[in-house]
Amino acid sequence: MPIITTGKSDTEYDIVIVGSGAGGGQMAYTLTLAGLKCVMLEAGRAYNPDVETSMFQRPDQTPLLGVATPDKQMGFTDATIDGGWEVPGEPYTQASTKPEEHFWWWRPRMLGGRTNHWGRISLRNGPYDFKPRSRDGFGFDWPIRYADLDPYYTRVEMLIGVYGSNEGLENTPDSPPGVLLPPPKGRAAELYLQKHAKKLGIPVISIHRAVLTRPLDADSIPAKLHPGNPWAQRIVADSMRRRAACFWATDCHRGCNIRANYQSTTVHLPPALETGNLDIIPNAHAREVTLGKNGKANGVLYMDKTTGREARVKGKVVVLAASSGESVRILLNSKSPQFPRGLANRSGLVGKYIMDSVGASVSGQIPALENLPPHNEDGAGGPHLYIPWWLYREQIGGQFNFARGYHVEFNGSRGMPGGRSPLADDLARGAYGTRFKEEARRYFGSQVGYTCRGEMIPNDNSFAELDPQVKDQWGIPVLRWHWRWSDQELNMVDHATKTFAAMIGAMGGKVRSRQDRSSRDAIEPGGKVIHEVGGALMGADARNSVCNGWNQTWDVTNLFLSDAAPFPSNSDKNPTLTIMALAWRTADYIVEQARKGNL
Amino acid sequence: MELRIAMKTSQANGIRDATNDLITSRLSRRTVMKWFAATAAAANLPDPGAGPLAANTPVTTPPATKGYGTDPDVSGYYKPGDFWALTLTATQREIVSSLADILLPGDHLGPAASDLRVTDFVDEWLSAPYPVQQKDRTVILPGLGWIEEESQRRFQKGFNSIGTLQRHAICDDICWPADAAARFKKAAEFFVRFRTLAASAYYSTEAGWKALGYVGNVSMTSFDGPPPEVLAKLGVEQTVK
Ligand SMILES: Cc1cc2nc3c(=O)[nH]c(=O)nc-3n(C[C@H](O)[C@H](O)[C@H](O)COP(=O)(O)OP(=O)(O)OC[C@H]3O[C@@H](n4cnc5c(N)ncnc54)[C@H](O)[C@@H]3O)c2cc1C
Ligand code: SF4
Repeated sequence: MPIITTGKSDTEYDIVIVGSGAGGGQMAYTLTLAGLKCVMLEAGRAYNPDVETSMFQRPDQTPLLGVATPDKQMGFTDATIDGGWEVPGEPYTQASTKPEEHFWWWRPRMLGGRTNHWGRISLRNGPYDFKPRSRDGFGFDWPIRYADLDPYYTRVEMLIGVYGSNEGLENTPDSPPGVLLPPPKGRAAELYLQKHAKKLGIPVISIHRAVLTRPLDADSIPAKLHPGNPWAQRIVADSMRRRAACFWATDCHRGCNIRANYQSTTVHLPPALETGNLDIIPNAHAREVTLGKNGKANGVLYMDKTTGREARVKGKVVVLAASSGESVRILLNSKSPQFPRGLANRSGLVGKYIMDSVGASVSGQIPALENLPPHNEDGAGGPHLYIPWWLYREQIGGQFNFARGYHVEFNGSRGMPGGRSPLADDLARGAYGTRFKEEARRYFGSQVGYTCRGEMIPNDNSFAELDPQVKDQWGIPVLRWHWRWSDQELNMVDHATKTFAAMIGAMGGKVRSRQDRSSRDAIEPGGKVIHEVGGALMGADARNSVCNGWNQTWDVTNLFLSDAAPFPSNSDKNPTLTIMALAWRTADYIVEQARKGNL
Repeated sequence: MELRIAMKTSQANGIRDATNDLITSRLSRRTVMKWFAATAAAANLPDPGAGPLAANTPVTTPPATKGYGTDPDVSGYYKPGDFWALTLTATQREIVSSLADILLPGDHLGPAASDLRVTDFVDEWLSAPYPVQQKDRTVILPGLGWIEEESQRRFQKGFNSIGTLQRHAICDDICWPADAAARFKKAAEFFVRFRTLAASAYYSTEAGWKALGYVGNVSMTSFDGPPPEVLAKLGVEQTVK
């Protein structure tokens, strides 16, 4: 890989991209294949999933049976490097001492960012999700419509490979025919829920995930992605041919060394590097965007973590994709006489309206699933079915005390055991000896868990700002978080947990998690779902937004934000597919503007 | 081998602690006397369970070691002892083995815990530098000491020397906190924690998977979903075609 060190980077690039995750990866891919010279700054180290991934390691082949520790906060084999809820030397702070007003911030420090270990759930926003305010009066509309992003969703799906089905459900968009890969078969617990949820009017359908259930069609897709650009088509086809189909084993959170799922490091960056138009500088922590006299961004100042010295790259355009929180921090730290409150912050809205997904879970035990004949349920390394939000009509009809929807993700199957006891203490009570082993076998696969992923409505109490005192190990001011859920989210959690209990009941099971919790206790803390978005909203008017519908900041026309910072709302659909679709669209816009000489 | 490492480290640190003494196979006379005193005292007290568990087996701190860091090579294959030294004494390890084998014996569902190296995993766990594991150490090591004392008190023999029925007799008193007599409450808390730990290790292995009915972690060319007999048993159809 042409991964370079600081000394070699004095050329002026067309584009400086900060961050190498979903947003940065898609940017680099589209821009380099269009012929633009890019440099990518990545705060973490270089990472090569082909040789660095844990695939078939059993828990007994890992330290402490693979369980989470302060060093590896989602377990030993998880594909997160130098990261977690806390990153040594890089603190963040909370404005409040109350735990319920804290924001949890998950940060990796590695090439590819969170895309190396994400869950690969790839749902399109629907038409309602771009115009939420027009629909129910809360929050903000996007300046773009579903139709603007639809073609880009399609392109991203074709490039990264997404399995799923088209169900024609309200606000749960279909993809064009032939775009989605075949969905994997339902597992026992998923099918059992599907059957019994029907009685409650709840649809259980195939989820969409970025996993190749068959090889990508490298002969036809590249031409659809890059019409009229045979050079790009060849590079992309070669890259696609290096990706194998899923072999139905191993946990996707570990990453995938056969490249069967999407990670920036296996899908976006290899073809981008192949163009020869991309230099990557790892261990480069961007500190601020520099501004020329003409009011345009002209480069990025960064800490070279290998030397501890500050360095600079120059570019005609700057794209921030450091994850929404980090991009906000970079903007706020980029102060100048023109922008005393931080770059592109004339509106004063940088850092405002941070959102996460609403999370709450209920677990249960289903007698019908006990003692099933052993069979392989590893599948595609993540969920196969899910429940999309199904009550749009009832909700707009005013039946609920919350305005937005949630979808439901499942866990509990005959997945790989290890690292914890397979049998809950109370189920076995005092069992030991052969009876314990028999009970463990009986109950294996009969535990289910349901989790809501719901839409939070942006509020004035959830935002990030620079901490006036605390700095990281390089002396860069850190973020201080403010957080509050509103009744909207709490009421949603109430609905979700009752619904999950009803689902478990419909299957003849028993709820196992505590049912006496208030929704305030049941809701996951802010940030815990790791779907943080917002902080630099896009809008139709420079006075009340930070960027326009092209992810272009109003105040600095050659500065773009291509992570989730511009999201004006956070629909229940997980954000990453939308980050990528927006990034591709923004990249096309940059290419067009560059051709016209506007940048 | 592990024992050698453990001894080396404790010597290097100049640690000479009562637990190591107590449970070493060459018991010093002084220690045995202390034991008898404790057992005698326990026999006379109405509710010794209310006090600290095995007060005369102080918990040692594991030798100060670092963890595996935030960037270990996760593509490697490891075994206990690779990242930090194992610190249990030979006798502690023997008690772990015997107790784990009572909990997870060799039977029609598979081998005994000790055959699956559960002892090594428990040792690795209790020797680890992280907070959760260090907290477990403060429950498990005194618990092992208690088991040994209780065996001496009841049968005048160490836990490793008594028969299976005698071991069961002790376990039956402590196997579930809610049912345990007041004086066994603390030991019962230890037992639950130990059982979880032993089971976590046991079911992390291939033989453990078999015992549980987990099938997987092998590459396949297709995924066909649950087999017909499973669908039939559940009364469902495969809806994803
Ligand atoms: C366990 C887990 C499961 C998830 N599952 C899903 C899912 O199923 N579906 C879904 O849609 N989303 C999921 N997500 C969220 C998803 O990972 C993110 O939405 C996505 O990765 C965001 O892309 P990004 O490019 O904005 O940021 P990231 O992927 O986080 O990449 C940002 C990169 O920028 C680097 N960086 C940060 N600061 C700087 C700086 N100052 N200078 C230089 N570089 C910097 C970081 O090191 C990082 O590599 C999950 C997340 C986690 C943690
Ligand atoms: S389940 Fe499939 S896609 Fe996921 S890591 Fe394993 S092989 Fe790769």
